[in-house]
Amino acid sequence: MKQIYLDYASTTPVEEGVVKKMTDFMSFDGNFGNPASRSHSFGWKADEAVEEARNNLATLIGCDPREIIWTSGATESDNLAIKGAARFYKNKGNHLVTSKIEHKAVLDPFRQLEEEGFEVTYLEPNSSGEITVEQVAEAVTDKTILVSLMHMNNELGTITDIDSIGELTRSKGIILHVDAAQSIGKISINMSSNKIDLLSISAHKFYGPKGVGALFVRRKPRVRLEPLFHGGGHERGFRSGTLATHQIVGLGEAARIAHQQMDDDLRKLENLKRIFWDEVKDIEEIYVNGDSKNKFPGILNISFNFVEGESLIMALKSIAVSSGSACTSASLEPSYVLRALGRKDELAHSSIRFSFGRYTTEQDVKETALLVKSSVERLREISPLWEMYQDGVDLDKIEWA
Amino acid sequence: MAYSQKVVDKFEETLNNPEKASVGRWKPGDEDFHRVGTGIVGAPACGDVMKLQIKCQNIDGENRIVDARFKTYGCGSAIASSGQLIDMLKGKTLEEAQAISNQEIVDILELPAIKIHCSVLAEEAIHRAIDDFKSLRNND
Repeated sequence: MKQIYLDYASTTPVEEGVVKKMTDFMSFDGNFGNPASRSHSFGWKADEAVEEARNNLATLIGCDPREIIWTSGATESDNLAIKGAARFYKNKGNHLVTSKIEHKAVLDPFRQLEEEGFEVTYLEPNSSGEITVEQVAEAVTDKTILVSLMHMNNELGTITDIDSIGELTRSKGIILHVDAAQSIGKISINMSSNKIDLLSISAHKFYGPKGVGALFVRRKPRVRLEPLFHGGGHERGFRSGTLATHQIVGLGEAARIAHQQMDDDLRKLENLKRIFWDEVKDIEEIYVNGDSKNKFPGILNISFNFVEGESLIMALKSIAVSSGSACTSASLEPSYVLRALGRKDELAHSSIRFSFGRYTTEQDVKETALLVKSSVERLREISPLWEMYQDGVDLDKIEWA
Repeated sequence: MAYSQKVVDKFEETLNNPEKASVGRWKPGDEDFHRVGTGIVGAPACGDVMKLQIKCQNIDGENRIVDARFKTYGCGSAIASSGQLIDMLKGKTLEEAQAISNQEIVDILELPAIKIHCSVLAEEAIHRAIDDFKSLRNND
C-alpha cells in the first residue's frame, strides 16, 4: 500500500543532493580525513568542508560562523546550553525559567538542575499555546540567570515571540536559550538582530541527516558554558570529540538549500494547509490545537472529539501521522503539551498532528483529508460517546466508573 | 506500538463491517429492552469507554446471552478487545460469561503488556452488564 508521509515535524527525508555530498566524506576514495589533523591535506580538506558547512549554517541564521558549535543534535545542544549555562553562572543566581510546553530535551535537563539545587519556574501557555513576553517579565527575578523557550512548538506549530523576549532578557542581563529544532530552515531567524544568546539546531528537521546538530553561542556579549564532554578541546572547548565530517557536511548542505528554498517552501505549505483545512473543517466537533495567529503552516494539530487518536491513526493506516494520544506512547499519559493548553484530557486523547513538508503533494493532502473524514465518521459510528452526544447527553455531567 | 495481526484484523473487521461485528445498541422502547443488561466502563479522560449490552433469554431454566452489542471509544486494542469479548459471549449462560477472564482476551489477541488494561475493561464491562441485567430482573 502506498504510504503518505505527513510527519515532517518528527523527521524529514534527506535531500538526494545532501546524501551524495555526505558520502563523499567517508571512504578512502573520498575525503575521509580528520578535520583536526593539521599536518596533511586529508585533514585540511576535511576542515575546509566543515568550515564551509559552518558558513552555510551561519548564513541561514544570520550569525558569525565562529558562533556555531557542532553537536550530535538538538538534544545535546539543549543539554549543553541549559546545563552548561546554569552551572557556569550559578554564582550569579539560582533561578531558571522555562515553559510547560518545551520538548523533553529541555524539560529533562531542568529537572536535573532542580536536583542540583536550582529553582525552576515553568510557564503555562495561554489557550492558544503561546508563551508571552509579559509572562516572562513577570517570572524573572534578580536571581534569574537563564530563560529557555522554544521557537516553534513541535506539537502545535505555534511560534514564540523570541525577539521581544530577547530584548527583555538582555536588558536584565539574563541568558536566553532558544530551542529552535523545529524552526530552523523553515521560518527565518536573524541572529544578528535578535538578542538570543544560545540557539539549539537539529539537522534532521530540515532535510539533513540525523545525529548532527549545532549550538549557536553568542560572542558579543560573550556567553560562557561549562562543557558536557571533556577531551581534545574541539569546538573551542565547548564540545570535545572528533567532528563527524560527513554529518556536518550534510547539515551544511541542507542549510544552504533551506536558505534558498525557504520562501517557496513556506508558500507551498500555506497552500497545502489551506487545501487540507478546506476539506476537513466541516467535520462536526473538531478543535484546532494551538490556534494562534503566529503559526507555522506545516503543522496542523486537530482534536476529533469522541474519537480516540490512536484508533484514528490505525484507521488511517496508509497515512503516517502522529498523535497526542496516550495510547501511542508508553506512558499512558496524553500529551502534556495539549494538557498545558487547558484542553480536556479527552480532547488530548483525540488529537492528531498532521505535518506537511517539501515532498508533500496536493494530492497527498486531498487523499488524506478524505480518508480522515470517512474514518472519523466510521469511528464515531462505534463510539458510545458520540452516541451520547447525539442523544444530547452532557458528558461532563456523567460520573464515569 | 506494534500490534499483533489479530488486533489489527479484529479492529478492521469492526470498522469495516460494524453491523456484522455487533456494533450497535438497544435503547429504551425497543422490544425486549427489559431483557437487556447494559454495562458502561472506562472514562473519556482516560482514553477509553466501553459500552456493552447483553440480551438474555431464559432457556431451560437458565439465563443465556442470546445476543450482544457494543460501542467502544478507545485505542485499537480497546476496540479489538470489545469485539473479541462479544464473540465469546454469545450463547453463554450468565455464569459462564461471569467467569470469562481478561487473560483469555489477552491470549487470543496477543495484547502487548501495556494494553492489558483494555482486556480488563472488557472483563469489567461484562460484569457490569450482568449486574445490570440481574438488577432489572429483581425490579420486575
